[in-house]
Amino acid sequence: MQVKSVAEMAAAGKTPEILFWVGCAGSFDQRAQKITKAFAAILDKVGIDFAILGKEEACTGDPARRAGNEFLFQMMAYQNIQVLNGYGIKKIVTACPHCFNTLKNEYPELGGHYEVIHHTTLLQQLIDEGRIKLKEGGSFKGKKISYHDSCYLGRANGIYEAPRKVLEALDAELVEMKRCKSKGLCCGAGGAQMFKEDEPGNKRINLERTEEALATGASFIAAACPFCNTMMTDGVKNQEKENEVAVLDIAEMIAAEME
Amino acid sequence: MSYLPQIFFLLLSTVAVFAFTKKAGEIKRNIALGRPEAFLDQKSKRWQNVLLLALGQKKMFANLPVAIMHFFLYVGFLIINLEVLEIVLDGILGTHRLFLPYLGNAYAFFINVFEWLAVSVLVFCVFFLARRNVLKVKRLVHKDLVGWPRSDANYILVTEIVLMTLFLTMNTTDLVLQSKSAPHYSPTGDFFWSAMFTPLLQDWSIENLVILERVAWWLHIAGIFAFLNYLPYSKHLHIVLAFPNAYFARLDSTGKMHNMPAVQNEVLYAMQPELAPTDAAPPARFGAKDVQDLSWKSLMDAYSCTECGRCTDACPANATGKLLSPRKIMMATRDRLETVGKIMATNKGEFVPDNKSLLHDYISVEELRACTTCNACVEECPVSISPLDIILELRRSLIMEESNAPQEWNGTFSNIENNFAPWKFSPDERDKWATEMG
Repeated sequence: MQVKSVAEMAAAGKTPEILFWVGCAGSFDQRAQKITKAFAAILDKVGIDFAILGKEEACTGDPARRAGNEFLFQMMAYQNIQVLNGYGIKKIVTACPHCFNTLKNEYPELGGHYEVIHHTTLLQQLIDEGRIKLKEGGSFKGKKISYHDSCYLGRANGIYEAPRKVLEALDAELVEMKRCKSKGLCCGAGGAQMFKEDEPGNKRINLERTEEALATGASFIAAACPFCNTMMTDGVKNQEKENEVAVLDIAEMIAAEME
Repeated sequence: MSYLPQIFFLLLSTVAVFAFTKKAGEIKRNIALGRPEAFLDQKSKRWQNVLLLALGQKKMFANLPVAIMHFFLYVGFLIINLEVLEIVLDGILGTHRLFLPYLGNAYAFFINVFEWLAVSVLVFCVFFLARRNVLKVKRLVHKDLVGWPRSDANYILVTEIVLMTLFLTMNTTDLVLQSKSAPHYSPTGDFFWSAMFTPLLQDWSIENLVILERVAWWLHIAGIFAFLNYLPYSKHLHIVLAFPNAYFARLDSTGKMHNMPAVQNEVLYAMQPELAPTDAAPPARFGAKDVQDLSWKSLMDAYSCTECGRCTDACPANATGKLLSPRKIMMATRDRLETVGKIMATNKGEFVPDNKSLLHDYISVEELRACTTCNACVEECPVSISPLDIILELRRSLIMEESNAPQEWNGTFSNIENNFAPWKFSPDERDKWATEMG
């Protein structure tokens, strides 16, 4: 399949119905690229008219802003909004809750007004509309899956149900961690923590969270954020459970089970 | 009849109300030191928050038994104030149980309601004392609370127990005096709880009973006046400020950071110099170094905090042994604000720099750096406080005023600036994954 860029479409006088905002992790991180590919494959299979910004996409500025560097954030926001508005983008889907939060909540005040949805919400819609059809007796059937809430999806934006509804469609057994939904424990990556060493303490946050996930006895930890995914994957490796427990993005699970 | 008690009462109540008003005025002035921030939108949603979060204590109900006990304490506290109204009027007019003739049989009903509430307040206060001192609930014996904060919590509970005991003693002696047909003690009908204790005082003489009744009455009202004046110095101030704090709670997504229009414009003028006004004033301080740089809402947050520690209990950094504690952020902000207020009071209302600031002297860099901005603290707070707003404003000051960042973050910033991603990848490879699709 061919993933079109917005620039290519614009050259042909077209605008995509929906822009797939890939995000930095989804573009460059080897593990997250798999999520990106899985999600792009789903969009393609369902026949959604989508495109990416490609080389014209830049960091939303989320980690810079949360670290305290407002100048850098404003520069990135200015640049991205120029590009997005220049192409007349109306609707954006992204698989990164941090990009989602920034595009949805922080860009409007700076002149970037778009309908922004997270990929789990879009997946739920596509399943509900019958556009995504899942295989009978898929590989997750009856398996225990524990969903890890992303802070920027959950507490920051109130999205708790969409990812769970999508997982339910897999006919799996959803098991909740002790701290879930609005009480979900952070993976430890937010607020630009991903990009520096931990402050002194007695444990890493991702280990605390992974232990909680492993305690559910689930064979799959479902994530909806590339950074959570990294954190939980590291945690599982640290516990030497990578052969028994897999950390997967919801898009990867759906892509694997589509008819 | 001597007017002496009335005069004394008037004097006492005037001093109590005056002192309270003065301190309340100082707190109001301190809160007003914060940056202006308007909250004029969505009035109906704001009132709804006052009803649900403050009056209804919605967030407390995450833990049902504690929520119910806390609710009784609070309803008891509010409703018993109706009885205080009668006590105050009696004190001023020199009457005894002023409302009795007007209410008739209903009087005993009201007093019984108060007595039931008083007993529940008393029992639950004992239980709450036990949670703090015997059961040692983790967040209530946390190191944040070492010293004064733990004593503060205990003083509040003990005072409430003492006040309720005095109230019941007053009623018990009154009932005994009534049974002995003492003058001025008109029959009120039985009170459920205090009637149980009348046998204890049956053998006392009328003179001694009157002394006991008067002592209990005076100590009770004096205790209430003292408590009123203790309130503004204590974490207990939340019983007042929870209401405005719920009204002024932010309503947009908690994931949205406050915009900085000054920086937004700086960037805009750099990109499009034709838009720059010729007389543009240089932006003031970036972020918050001291309490005056925070929004007034953050300062009211600090005074609203009752140090329950639900935030710190939910904080992933605190749970993994990091120095950060959202509760301590709020306590430090209040402490600093009180100090700033005192400096102003001794310098004719002017703030004279004391070579200290909220950042560094009250809240350390290490604490700020540990925050994952996960919003767990904001979600937990029963009285609509955001420790995160303070943390993020202080972080802005660290980076933009002091260029104080860990080495890795400097690398991240330079990658974002030059490669448009937090990692050092070539921007040309951003869509490389797309060429690898089957």
